[in-house]
Amino acid sequence: MKIDRRFFIRKVLAVGVLLALPRILFAARPDKAFAATDGDEAMATLFGETPVASDRVVLKIPEIAENGAVVPVTISTDLENVESISVVVAKNPTPLAASFALGPRSVANVSVRIKMGESSQVLAVVKAGGKHYSTSKDVKVTIGGCGG
Amino acid sequence: MGKPIKIRAKMKGDIAEVKALMPHEMEAGFRRDPATNERVPAHYITDVVAEHNGDVVFTAYWGPAVSKNPFVSFSFLGAAVGDTINLHWKDNKGDSSATEAVFK
Repeated sequence: MKIDRRFFIRKVLAVGVLLALPRILFAARPDKAFAATDGDEAMATLFGETPVASDRVVLKIPEIAENGAVVPVTISTDLENVESISVVVAKNPTPLAASFALGPRSVANVSVRIKMGESSQVLAVVKAGGKHYSTSKDVKVTIGGCGG
Repeated sequence: MGKPIKIRAKMKGDIAEVKALMPHEMEAGFRRDPATNERVPAHYITDVVAEHNGDVVFTAYWGPAVSKNPFVSFSFLGAAVGDTINLHWKDNKGDSSATEAVFK
């Protein structure tokens, strides 16, 4: 499909406006980011910027996942004013696996289990005080978990 | 109606910790049925919301890459033993399930 230029410009503007809106509106599932098929695209849609690498984001995930269908992930941080925590698996068909919206009473420590289709870099992205911080780890998958 | 959620809510000092297991197939939509070779349509939980005293304390937005029968754990402050936590999910086909638990 050919994308005409007008349409593209309109799309870019629309995304820009959406990202500029206050985060209260984030109280809806970021469907667009979930639909992205590329890790960078998912992150650009969800965060609007490239997260800054930070060792204050702690990503606990096995280095070798024997079963890609069930990979336990725990993300925590000592950053303050945490607004959201997201998990991105760079090489998955849908890279954004999960995004957690936290409130003022939340403790920034979340665990979930994800599927990994193949060995990939996994990113944990924390939004705190309006900025994005990330930590990544390379996970080796012995048996892929996307079926097929 | 979705299958019932298994939930455990525990106070660890000031921190209220919730662990939940939600039986759900979490079909990603990439798999083919071995018998018919038809693509199995995606069916997965998209939203999980936890409320304490009418306050949303945790929201999870999920894609199809969350494992089958999802497990999630999260923590928050400001709860006490005997308080109730409400947890509910909905999926991409409009199914839902809800449960509540009392902090121990």
